[in-house]
Amino acid sequence: MAVLLLAEVNNGELAFDATAKAVTAAKALGDVTVLCAGASAAAAGEAAARINDVAKVLVAEDASLGHRLAEPTAALITSLAGDFSHICAPATTDAKNIMPRVAALLDVMVISDVSGVVDADTFERPIYAGNAVQTVRSKDVTKVVTFRTSTFDAAGDGGSASIETIGAAHNPELSEWVEDKVAESDRPELTSAGVVVSGGRGVGSKDDFALIERLADKLGAAVGASRAAVDSGFAPNDWQVGQTGKVVAPDLYVAVGISGAIQHLAGMKDSKIIVAINKDEEAPIFQVADFGLAADLFSAVPELIEKL
Amino acid sequence: MKVLVPVKRVIDYNVKVRVKADGSDVDLANVKMSMNPFDEIAVEEAIRLKEAGKAEEIVVVSVGVKQAQETLRTALAMGADRAILVVAAKDVHTDIEPLAVAKILKSIIDEEKPGIVLAGKQAIDNDMNATGQMLSALLGWSQATFASKVEIDGNHAVVTREVDGGLQAIKVKMPAVVTVDLRLNEPRYASLPNIMKAKKKHLDEKTPEDYGVDVSPRLEVVSIAEPKARKGGEMVDSVDMLVSKLKEAGAI
Repeated sequence: MAVLLLAEVNNGELAFDATAKAVTAAKALGDVTVLCAGASAAAAGEAAARINDVAKVLVAEDASLGHRLAEPTAALITSLAGDFSHICAPATTDAKNIMPRVAALLDVMVISDVSGVVDADTFERPIYAGNAVQTVRSKDVTKVVTFRTSTFDAAGDGGSASIETIGAAHNPELSEWVEDKVAESDRPELTSAGVVVSGGRGVGSKDDFALIERLADKLGAAVGASRAAVDSGFAPNDWQVGQTGKVVAPDLYVAVGISGAIQHLAGMKDSKIIVAINKDEEAPIFQVADFGLAADLFSAVPELIEKL
Repeated sequence: MKVLVPVKRVIDYNVKVRVKADGSDVDLANVKMSMNPFDEIAVEEAIRLKEAGKAEEIVVVSVGVKQAQETLRTALAMGADRAILVVAAKDVHTDIEPLAVAKILKSIIDEEKPGIVLAGKQAIDNDMNATGQMLSALLGWSQATFASKVEIDGNHAVVTREVDGGLQAIKVKMPAVVTVDLRLNEPRYASLPNIMKAKKKHLDEKTPEDYGVDVSPRLEVVSIAEPKARKGGEMVDSVDMLVSKLKEAGAI
């Protein structure tokens, strides 16, 4: 059994945490070959070669692969697919864009957001916003799988896999990149942060969301938001934690002014310690919180910032 | 230009999902079903394209149980022109997989020849996030997922996408498959007169056999279980107590 794993490469750089977590999930399935694709991907390939348990690294550098457009990246993966029983990736937005396309080109079903590997054909995945866990057995020849990274520990950094350079596949030239609008931030990345502070509708406004950011900075945390806060325009969508946003499992998750809708819980309930601050003591968030404080966030959060 | 919008009938967003005692599925008997929220956004975007004079006709398609005609009627009441229902499942517990849905949609698209497909980015029941991408692959069309802004300009569309680090804009060749994200628009409610009018709009009923598509699943569902329950902890009375509890737990 051999596994091809699409590494998460952003602007030539390997997203180590996401990729190393996917390696942990994938190594149960067979020897792992990591594919680093991009306009520049050599440095990412060298970094991927150092992930423990990686058997081999493939580096594909081509301008068409520069911005992870679905069509050329899927064409590349499909061209390599014959050698592999499994084609995997961490379930990032890039991989969620690309992998179903790969699966359809191979005439197989994709298995998205896998949270557990039972055996080479059988996988667990959350459905209904994490309110149920489905175990599915694939009958397809090739399994195309994305892994929910929050449920796997990252593989270590001590390997020395061989690196091979390969060419890109034919670019169907159906789409082109225009621009990235990436928020520059010194804060840790949301899905790999050790501490996350999230705000919800209770925060009340975009201006008041600065309070959530101050608490996050005090804790060296990433900032998250509930869908309600995003919908209300308090926070950008890439901060969204939940069924339709990101899934996080930090050591400490602080939910402020978040009621705890099931769609939000789906994105954070695997956190080690959950703290909830909400003035409504009946809020469902308290049912999953390790420590709940029923208080007005506008007095409690400044006090917390001061006392930390 | 014609716009095609696939819609799915799913358990209502606000319904608490319960797993059946025998672990075979979630309980869908006598629960409220609605249009998948992302599909509502796709229907709304199609209507806005028509209102802006960029589209002439909106065709909505659903693949699933017979009752999905209610979902299609909702889309017609919002402003879609015509509907196609592909009855592919006898029972509400049979979920037709994205690959089979994409194959049926491809056949319909070969006949209907729309200029764009607008689809929800994921269904809130199986959370697979796959149908649009798979359809795009089968058609050999361009693909723009997770759209928060769609600007159509002749033979191209510029689509702003919600991605992990923020936003990405790409320019895709038409025809294209675009899957929509939450912030694209806020769907309208159907007015009562429009709900009445929708009853008279054309709804075609088909079967997978009409399109020669085998809908048998590639993924066998072994079991469905409750997620590991997380037990609630304790309430603290003050910020001081919270800080000391966090220190005790080694969290700070």
